[in-house]
Amino acid sequence: MSIEVNGKNVDWVENENVENLLKRMRYLFPLVIVKINDKVVPKQDFSKAMIPDKSKIAVIHMISGG
Amino acid sequence: MVKIMNKLKSEKIKKKLLDSSVGIAGLGGLGSNAAIALARAGIGKLVLVDFDLIEGDNVTRQYYFLDQIGRAKVDAIKGNINRINPNVNVVVHNLKLNKGSMEKPFKDVDVIIEALDNAETKANFIEEIMLKLPNKPIVAASGVAGYGHSDRIVTKRCGNLYLCCDECAPSSDDDVLLAPRVALMANWEANLALEILLGEDK
Repeated sequence: MSIEVNGKNVDWVENENVENLLKRMRYLFPLVIVKINDKVVPKQDFSKAMIPDKSKIAVIHMISGG
Repeated sequence: MVKIMNKLKSEKIKKKLLDSSVGIAGLGGLGSNAAIALARAGIGKLVLVDFDLIEGDNVTRQYYFLDQIGRAKVDAIKGNINRINPNVNVVVHNLKLNKGSMEKPFKDVDVIIEALDNAETKANFIEEIMLKLPNKPIVAASGVAGYGHSDRIVTKRCGNLYLCCDECAPSSDDDVLLAPRVALMANWEANLALEILLGEDK
C-alpha cells in the first residue's frame, strides 16, 4: 500500500486527492504540473482527482532564482 | 570523407539556425547568458523581454559590464550581442510581463526560453504559454541558486515543456546566486533550445 512521489516511496492513503497529497508532502512551491501515472492533472481537478494505490506521481514545481 | 561530412553538417546547422528564432522572457542571469550563447551559435533572430535597469551587483553573474550600470537591460544586451554577432536580428521589448498578456511578444518565435527569477512568476508564465500557445516549445529553469551539485541538474520533459531543473536546490530567497551555476543553467537552456530547433544530435 504505497505510492511513489517524485521517486520517493510514500504511504498510500485511502480517498486522498491531489490537493491533500501536496499538503501532506509539504510541497509549497508554485506548481507547474502534476502527473498521475504520466497523465497530467489539470489544476482545477486537484480537489477531485483521487490518488490510486501503487501510482506514480510526478510533481513539477518552480524554485526562485534567475 | 569524414571532413566533407562534417562540413556538410555544419553548413546545414548554420543555415537552420539562421532561419530560426528564440524568445527569452527575462534578461537576468539566465536570460542574458542564454541570449549571448545563442548569438554566438548563430541564431537568426532573438526576441528579448525585460523591464529592469542594470544594477551594480548584477554584473557578478549577468552578461553586462560595469560601465552599463543604470542602463536598460534590453538595450545593453542588444549592444553586447552586436559586438559579438551583428548578424542577429535582435528585437527587444522593454516591458514587464503581466498575467493575461504574457504570451504576446512570443507569438511568432520558434522556441521560448523562460528566464524569470521569482518562482510564482515562472509558474504563471509557463502556465499561460502552455494554455495560449500549446504548440510552442518552452524551455524553463528551476533551482539555479547556490554552487556545486552540477550533477543534480536534469532535463524533464512534459509535452512541449522542457524543464532544466535541480529539485533539491534552495530558493534564491534563502541562498546566494553565483555565476557558475547560473551560467550553467542558462547554457543548459540555450543548448536545449538548439536541440529542439535542430533535432537530436545523433
